[in-house]
Amino acid sequence: MTWLAWRQFRTQAVAGLVLLSAVAITLAVTRSGLASSFQIALHCKGAQACDSARREFFAKDSLLRHLANSLAVAVPALIGVFWGAPLIARELENGSFRLAWTQSVTRSRWMLVKLGVVGAASMLTAGLFSLAVTWWSSMYDQLQDSPFQQYDSRGIVLIGYAAFAFALGVALGVILRRTVPAMAATFLVYFVVHITFSTWIRQHLLPPLRATSPFLATPTGFTLGPPNAADWVMSTEVYTPPGRALGQPGQGSLFEGFRIHAGTLFFQGAGACHVKVPVASLRTGNISQAVQQACIARFHLYQVVTYQPASRYWTFQWMELGLFIVLALLLSAAATWWVRRRLS
Amino acid sequence: MSTAVEARGLGKRYRRRWALSDCSVTVPTGHVVGLVGPNGAGKTTLLQLAVGLLVPSSGTIEVFGKPPAEDAGILGRVGFVAQDTPTYSSLSIADHLKLGAHLNPRWDGDTARHRIEKLGLDPAQHAGKLSGGERAQLALTMALAKHPDLLILDEPVASLDPLARREFLQTLMEDVAAHDLGVMLSSHLVADIERVCDYLVVLVDSRVQVSGDVDELLASHHRLVGPRDPGAPPPACQEVIDASHTERQTTLIVRSDGPVVDPAWTIEPTSLEDLVLAYMARGSRSHATAQASESGAET
Repeated sequence: MTWLAWRQFRTQAVAGLVLLSAVAITLAVTRSGLASSFQIALHCKGAQACDSARREFFAKDSLLRHLANSLAVAVPALIGVFWGAPLIARELENGSFRLAWTQSVTRSRWMLVKLGVVGAASMLTAGLFSLAVTWWSSMYDQLQDSPFQQYDSRGIVLIGYAAFAFALGVALGVILRRTVPAMAATFLVYFVVHITFSTWIRQHLLPPLRATSPFLATPTGFTLGPPNAADWVMSTEVYTPPGRALGQPGQGSLFEGFRIHAGTLFFQGAGACHVKVPVASLRTGNISQAVQQACIARFHLYQVVTYQPASRYWTFQWMELGLFIVLALLLSAAATWWVRRRLS
Repeated sequence: MSTAVEARGLGKRYRRRWALSDCSVTVPTGHVVGLVGPNGAGKTTLLQLAVGLLVPSSGTIEVFGKPPAEDAGILGRVGFVAQDTPTYSSLSIADHLKLGAHLNPRWDGDTARHRIEKLGLDPAQHAGKLSGGERAQLALTMALAKHPDLLILDEPVASLDPLARREFLQTLMEDVAAHDLGVMLSSHLVADIERVCDYLVVLVDSRVQVSGDVDELLASHHRLVGPRDPGAPPPACQEVIDASHTERQTTLIVRSDGPVVDPAWTIEPTSLEDLVLAYMARGSRSHATAQASESGAET
């Protein structure tokens, strides 16, 4: 049975291998060109020099970088659409299942071997692809603020996504019994799940940490943010000492929060500032930084940052890999059950 | 005589429609069994139930005393060629033979290769490029090389032209003789059945109208021709299967285990075709009656 599963998969496997090699070669050839400007950006001195060095580095091969990142997101979907969906649907569509299921092999074993061979190939392909992209982007990622920025196009999660997309394709193919609708449905459902998961669910895999610190205005703005710049911030809220929320800074709301009413400066939500405000400012409404700082300092505001620390990056990757592999196993079991019970 | 296939109260429902209901039939081993009936009688459903592609909605079916497709062992004893003779169009003939060797412990590779050679087919050719007849031959080759005890063929010659049809049936009969296996094949053409089968099952509207050895059936059925007389009683001790009338004369197909002696009728042996048609006519008549009484009960 392994022979047949492999023989039927051969053409698709070659196509996948060609694509993978093309990507790997392109990345291998272009990576060395990045090294020199990376070194400049890494060992820069002074804020201004660093800024321009980083900008120059990030501008290099930016098209290729975006392409590699989007391809990494697309690879599991492609595997689901081109390897998963047709696996059984094509046999059901052209009637060859009647040939396959009347050989001396039970339907369960037929399913198991097909799922095993092509499923393993899917995970291997996604793993190699992720390895190539992760290696190629390692210099960029070092200069990125947070590893969570490119979370779903790096590391081991792609293996889980590929297993899930493949099993999803197989299951939809078994239910719809037609190749092209199954491919379209796989594409759609995969991205709905992917976007739902990365937008709303991933951040709850582990309960986020909370960090409380005084909210102060500094000459350059506010002291905001998580304990470590690489942490993944869920939310930042500013509170008054009694615990009343003032909203989220960083969305321009705080600086716009100053209001002048009847010759007094108010900070919205917190109350009137008992600081001296120059008459000119009261007339024009143009509040200087120093006055803003003094005003905010009066209220003893504090901020609460909800975040996932950067140190959890690999914990998240492993949890998500496990979760998607479990989903893939459940879908495979459902597809096998359907083939055994519903298609007879 | 042991049984190859035994169905009891067998039924199969697709959503709300019954494709086969309350079908009971016993097929002995070692025969070439012809399953004949009009389109939609449930022949394909019955055969697919027998190879385990379908699971009964009611009743039971057993092949060699076991539920079909229960395990690899029983799957290996039954060869099957589906109506559309499916093959993998992207695989070559040689690949198909390799596939068979990998998937069947009883696979007879030499037979398969010789058969392909004898048919004049190129093993390197892809199955998708074969003609309908050649594809049917490839599918039959695979079913035969499995070395089954029972070969089930669903309308094996339906898509073939008359010449290919005769060749197919001829090679089939040679192989049956060479390998000593039972065959069950369906057709809606009596001529095909007549050529190869020695056992007959007539299925109309999912009910078995008659089944038995062809020679015995022919010996016990007679064609009676006499003047038309609506008042005349039917010949005694005989079961009238079907009656047809012209203006002047009446033709009956009757079943009688003993010799028929009745001076009022001219007695002729019946052909298999007449016999089958008589049972098919009776089957559809009783179907119509059943439907009429059903709709009568509803109102």
